[in-house]
Amino acid sequence: MSTAAAGRLPMPGMKVYNLKLGMWIFLLSEVMFFTGLIGSYIILRFAHPEHFAAPGVVLNVPLTAFNTFVLICSSVTMVKAFAAVEQGDQKGLQRWLLATIALGTFFVGVQAVEYSVLSSEGFVPMAELYHAVGRGAVHAEGAAEAAVVGGPLYGATFYAMTGFHGAHVSIGVLCLLYVYWRARKGKYSAASLGGVEIMGLYWHFVDLVWILLFTIVYLI
Amino acid sequence: MSEDAHKESPYFLIWGVLFALTVAEVFYAFMELPQFWLAFGLIVMAVWKALLVALYYMHLRFEPRRLWVLAASPLPLAVILVVVVIQEF
Repeated sequence: MSTAAAGRLPMPGMKVYNLKLGMWIFLLSEVMFFTGLIGSYIILRFAHPEHFAAPGVVLNVPLTAFNTFVLICSSVTMVKAFAAVEQGDQKGLQRWLLATIALGTFFVGVQAVEYSVLSSEGFVPMAELYHAVGRGAVHAEGAAEAAVVGGPLYGATFYAMTGFHGAHVSIGVLCLLYVYWRARKGKYSAASLGGVEIMGLYWHFVDLVWILLFTIVYLI
Repeated sequence: MSEDAHKESPYFLIWGVLFALTVAEVFYAFMELPQFWLAFGLIVMAVWKALLVALYYMHLRFEPRRLWVLAASPLPLAVILVVVVIQEF
């Protein structure tokens, strides 16, 4: 998007309008926030491998792979919303924003169901309550006597990383609702689309972080 | 960024690649390979996906080079944060 089209002055020397530059700087701080979480996870996993389990033993990989696909789809709908407002297509903007809201809400809903199932199976962050036996054993006969898989560090790091990400998605959905409400009032146009663009940057960043989290937490 | 470039952005093609890579990741994760090669392959695919999102959906590909530098600035810090602390083990 051109800076003139955004109707805002660019930051001197940056060739990017201030709103977008501010969002990028915020996202860079978020990179360090999530690096802290991911770094802690890697270090704890190196230090205490007995607390962790192989992919798919405790966590539901197929369900989360599907949820990852849902979030990827929401990135497509978000970028299509931006493309629509660039072309002055108000109906398209509202339709794609609504689709993004629906997909984001669905993602959080699936994550809530996943948390509910995992905690009922004993996959919790508290040392005294942790008794995860793995997805293969949890429904089998004699599950009560099955060996515990992993330890509370696994639960603690899992809920910390995915929980903070889920919070970001939830906040994103609330912001998207606000952007959608403004779009319904006709506040955005090809000449004034900064709000949609920075919303998109945040949403895609959340998608990008999940792509990395999914690989690190669920697959490695 | 150029509006023409935006209109030509292959959003659905990128979506297809992201989907294919996600499926490939899941199958790769369950292959009988040494842990190092599993982790290496999975990280390569994840970084590839993240780059596609940043370049095409966040439109970094169409942004001025200065924004590229700004966007890349925390990456060395992120690597230092993880690598230096991991030396403890």
